[in-house]
Amino acid sequence: MVKKMTCVACPIGCQLEVVLDDENTVVSVAGNSCKRGITYAESEVTNPTRSLTSTVKLIGGIRPVVSVKSALPFPKNMMLDAMKIINETEIKAPVSIGDKAIKNILDTGIDIIVTSRDKGKQQ
Amino acid sequence: MEKIDLVVIGGGPAGMAAALKAKERGVKSVTILERAGTLGGILEQCIHAGFGLHYFKEELTGPEYAARFAALIENSDIEVKLDTMVLGISWDNTVTAANKEDGILEIKAKAIVLAMGCRERPRGALSIAGTRPTGVMTAGQAQEYINLEGYMVGKTVVILGSGDIGLIMARRMTLEGAKVKMVCELMPYSGGLTRNIVQCLDDFDIPLRFNCTVVEVHGKERLSGVTVQYVDENFTPIAGTEEYIECDTLLLSVGLIPENELSKQAGIELDKVTGGPVVNEIRQTSREGIFACGNVLQVHDLVDYVTEESNIAADGAADFILGRQAVNPEYIEPLCGEGVRYIVPQRVNINSGKDIKLYFRASNVFDNASIVMSVDDKEVYKKRKVKVTPGEMENVTLSADIGKQIKKDSKLTLSIRA
Repeated sequence: MVKKMTCVACPIGCQLEVVLDDENTVVSVAGNSCKRGITYAESEVTNPTRSLTSTVKLIGGIRPVVSVKSALPFPKNMMLDAMKIINETEIKAPVSIGDKAIKNILDTGIDIIVTSRDKGKQQ
Repeated sequence: MEKIDLVVIGGGPAGMAAALKAKERGVKSVTILERAGTLGGILEQCIHAGFGLHYFKEELTGPEYAARFAALIENSDIEVKLDTMVLGISWDNTVTAANKEDGILEIKAKAIVLAMGCRERPRGALSIAGTRPTGVMTAGQAQEYINLEGYMVGKTVVILGSGDIGLIMARRMTLEGAKVKMVCELMPYSGGLTRNIVQCLDDFDIPLRFNCTVVEVHGKERLSGVTVQYVDENFTPIAGTEEYIECDTLLLSVGLIPENELSKQAGIELDKVTGGPVVNEIRQTSREGIFACGNVLQVHDLVDYVTEESNIAADGAADFILGRQAVNPEYIEPLCGEGVRYIVPQRVNINSGKDIKLYFRASNVFDNASIVMSVDDKEVYKKRKVKVTPGEMENVTLSADIGKQIKKDSKLTLSIRA
């Protein structure tokens, strides 16, 4: 089977043609301009991941919410489930980049971490 | 009046990089004037990932990319004035600004870097027929509401324009539980990055309609729907293709405009195509000692290139301040040939003896194209590209070797051939 996809490992966006055998393993990749294209094709076929970013509620912050991301590439098919947990999460200011907002979300072994700073409202 | 070496107007990615680079080059006194309450500019609301792949060789979110520069600035002796609005630049490079603490400020600078960024084209510039309900806003406005204020703007959404902010917001709204019904794009191709079309639309099965636009807005107080319609090659709506789409939110992602009110008022020559100042290879504008970089100069798709451009402008400003300007400069203007919409820098010193990168955008989509540089109709450089699109900025290097072949009256042309 031939699967067509757009490589997003970098902004070039190579159009890949991925040949798969009956067990869904990659036989060959064409159209890539670097090694990352092959890695991308393999992961898109076996375990597609995305960087998941959102915000969580912030108590006592200068702003009412603070931005977060998955510390590692996140399984694509679990993103919407993860969003439900992210939307129920509240953390307290002050927060710094890298703080853990949610540990091991959905037992993926991946943490949701804070990506901006909020020193908190001055009392 | 305070007298300093360098004033940087704008504390976004361009301004921060320029200030840091100038410091690194040995410029003594540097001040950043920033309109908002924090450094970082638009990156603060760009919470998605994809920043820094070129510059830091890792994938960061917007606030993280900004924080790297902000931390370096905090640890330097660069002065930062926040909540400060620049009002004007005089003929002798005195910058007038205002804030609550200092009142009116006057700073005389040896050099100035313009880094004011850009703003979104609003609804008013589109002349869409219909009512004036709430629920119609630019994509960046929605991004600010959702990502910084924690305020969800709607439940059912149509997005007009497939620029990057529109695509990013399609995903963001979807993740937050809204139904994005479609993205309409007037052109036959997207102005956004391929990566964003894949990860923001394809991933969520959001349809992208090319050659299609919003022709009417409906609703009394809140938006109740829009009429979309296909257009022909002259962008005239095709009768009979109207379709009513029920939605409570219309996001506009229909272009960015460099914010050059200050530049205009300072008498700086602007490029009609980019909307930014005309600059030479060190990013100096038509006014001596005034440099420009980032989205105020040309709208970028990657912040990494903004940083790169800001380093060039800061190098130019540092050379100017430290008295190391080019000797006997002779300028030519690279010409936009077939398929090239604009080139930055617009002027190039042929005696610089250095490699000069020419950044440009295509006027159309090209597959398997050649980017060709020619001097007096003789081809001097050629590179193949699998795909060239208006949405992704390209560059070629005018090498010092090719530079030697160029005379004052030579015609240097850049073109894209299918």
